[in-house]
Amino acid sequence: MSHAPQAPQAPQTPGPGGDKVIAPGHTLATVSDKITKIVLTRATPRGWYLGFAGSFLLVMVLMVSIGKLLVSGIGVWGVNVPVGWGLAIINMVWWIGIGHAGTLISAILLLFRQEWRTSINRFAEAMTLFAVACAVVFPSLHVGRPWLAYWLLPYPNTMSLFPQFRSPLEWDVFAISTYGTVSALFWYVGLIPDLAALRDRAKSKPWKIAYGILAMGWRGAARHWERYETAYLLLAGLATPLVISVHTVVSFDFAVGNVPGWHATIFPPYFVAGAIYSGFAMVLTLAIPLRKIYGLQDFITLRHLQNMAKIVLATGLIVAYGYAMEAFFAWYSANPYEESMLVNRMTGPYWWAYWTLLLCNVLTPQLLWSKKIRSSVVALFVIALVVNVGMWLERFVIVVTSLSRDFLPSSWDTYTPTRWDWGLYIGTFGLFLSLLFLFIRFLPMISIFEMRTLVPTEGGDEEGHG
Amino acid sequence: MSAPHRHAHRCFGVLAQYTSGAELLAAIEHGQRHGYTNMEAYTPLPMHEVSHALGHENDLPKYVLAGGLLGATVGFGMQYYAAVIHYPLNVGGRPLNSWPSFIPITFELTILFASLTAVLGMLALNGLPRPHHPVFSVPEFEQASRDRFFLLVPHYDPRFDADESARVLRASGALSVSEVPHP
Repeated sequence: MSHAPQAPQAPQTPGPGGDKVIAPGHTLATVSDKITKIVLTRATPRGWYLGFAGSFLLVMVLMVSIGKLLVSGIGVWGVNVPVGWGLAIINMVWWIGIGHAGTLISAILLLFRQEWRTSINRFAEAMTLFAVACAVVFPSLHVGRPWLAYWLLPYPNTMSLFPQFRSPLEWDVFAISTYGTVSALFWYVGLIPDLAALRDRAKSKPWKIAYGILAMGWRGAARHWERYETAYLLLAGLATPLVISVHTVVSFDFAVGNVPGWHATIFPPYFVAGAIYSGFAMVLTLAIPLRKIYGLQDFITLRHLQNMAKIVLATGLIVAYGYAMEAFFAWYSANPYEESMLVNRMTGPYWWAYWTLLLCNVLTPQLLWSKKIRSSVVALFVIALVVNVGMWLERFVIVVTSLSRDFLPSSWDTYTPTRWDWGLYIGTFGLFLSLLFLFIRFLPMISIFEMRTLVPTEGGDEEGHG
Repeated sequence: MSAPHRHAHRCFGVLAQYTSGAELLAAIEHGQRHGYTNMEAYTPLPMHEVSHALGHENDLPKYVLAGGLLGATVGFGMQYYAAVIHYPLNVGGRPLNSWPSFIPITFELTILFASLTAVLGMLALNGLPRPHHPVFSVPEFEQASRDRFFLLVPHYDPRFDADESARVLRASGALSVSEVPHP
């Protein structure tokens, strides 16, 4: 009953580091040692082997699903004539959206000089990269003959043809490939000084050589740091509009078509907000177990989790506004197709998806208004999972309900995903988690050199004011 | 002129170790008072004051701007060429140069080219990758990626003299001073 001094929460954050971006008592040396130790000397936890084995098993599911698809053709999926997009496109949009939080954390929060981003940006960027890798699986397979997917690119060819540059699907090719490339560059550039730290700490020769090659001879020269920081800041400045453009272009895939439920001007901002929403939920989903398993509560403090929870709440409200506006447009336009689309969403064959989506994405995040819930790590984890499910359902509702009932009742049909649809989807989880497990085993999951700048005694430059 | 030259053969430079950034900054000032103009510092974290004190210039933004402009030109030019020159297709009398639909790809390629220029330009201007560098042969230098700060007076500094430079650095409050052998 007493609004006591924001008290215990002790099990999660030993010491008073709860509302700081780094727990007190750390020096340049302890920060470096604590993070490099995870990669270099600490015994690989048994859970890592179990987790990696499980994920790798799912990669096999992915391989089998792809193999079956290539042998038999797209017919093994549940897609049919009105619903030509199905799970493949739902999953692509979902994965791309998840990736966006990584870029947001690493780029936009860097530009805003939000110091708290520092301990989460590295694995958030890794998450972006791996999510994009999972996302591209789907459209490349969905083209039907993936071995000809390079036709999507403009290259000199004997047919003397260019791709259709006026099509949003072609814009998507450029947007997503640019996004993947820039995310990889951003991640790698951020890793270079830390790879040098690993090279200097590694005990065995092969690892020294491997990290040495990747570090490219980084030696921390002041002249190098100067250009390095410029390049990093410019990349952040370039990635910020890029991330917004990517999901805008993804939304154009829908909004430029004239299908009821797709053809709406609200789509770009609503998709971008949804992407950030699901992405932050995924960062929470990953960060909460990671900090626990690897004892990183000093670096990923409760303040990080609470800040992310606030972003989830804010973007969740934008998404809720998007749903409200979709319904409002349908009613206010007085367009019979839009109106029946809305009624179909709420009461048609996929009503359960629509109402579950509202429950997951609109109602659940409202719990985050409560400071008590924002301070509960378990509650945050559960809410983050619910949001992930909700955002997947959102894409399901958009793709499937709109396509299954468009203008002519004679062409209506329902869509049911087959086991190969699900196999492919579950398989990409395996790909994502396997890459993530390899990453946390072999690379520093927290940016060491940026954490050094947070150490109070030797703060380097007094950053934070501009 | 001849004295530094003789030393250049046996020694790449003199490297001093410090325990904090403040000490390093003081040492840079100390070295500059003794006339060294081409020193290099090594720090475990980016420190603007250090590169500022050493007077380093940074041309990277110009290259990145050029890269971005090139990307925009290539992006729009490619689409214009395809739609207007290479394969003009009359679709109900609509304009061939339908520039609004060329914007997304133009934008993406602008970002792509600028980002590639930022990263490759940074590496190229820094002379990386360069797996080996003479300073790596100083054993303490491993701590440069942990918590130690280093200042190098290289043999190409006009005032360099192995013995004299080592004396100056020792007087600057260094934890240790080592000669960096020439590879």
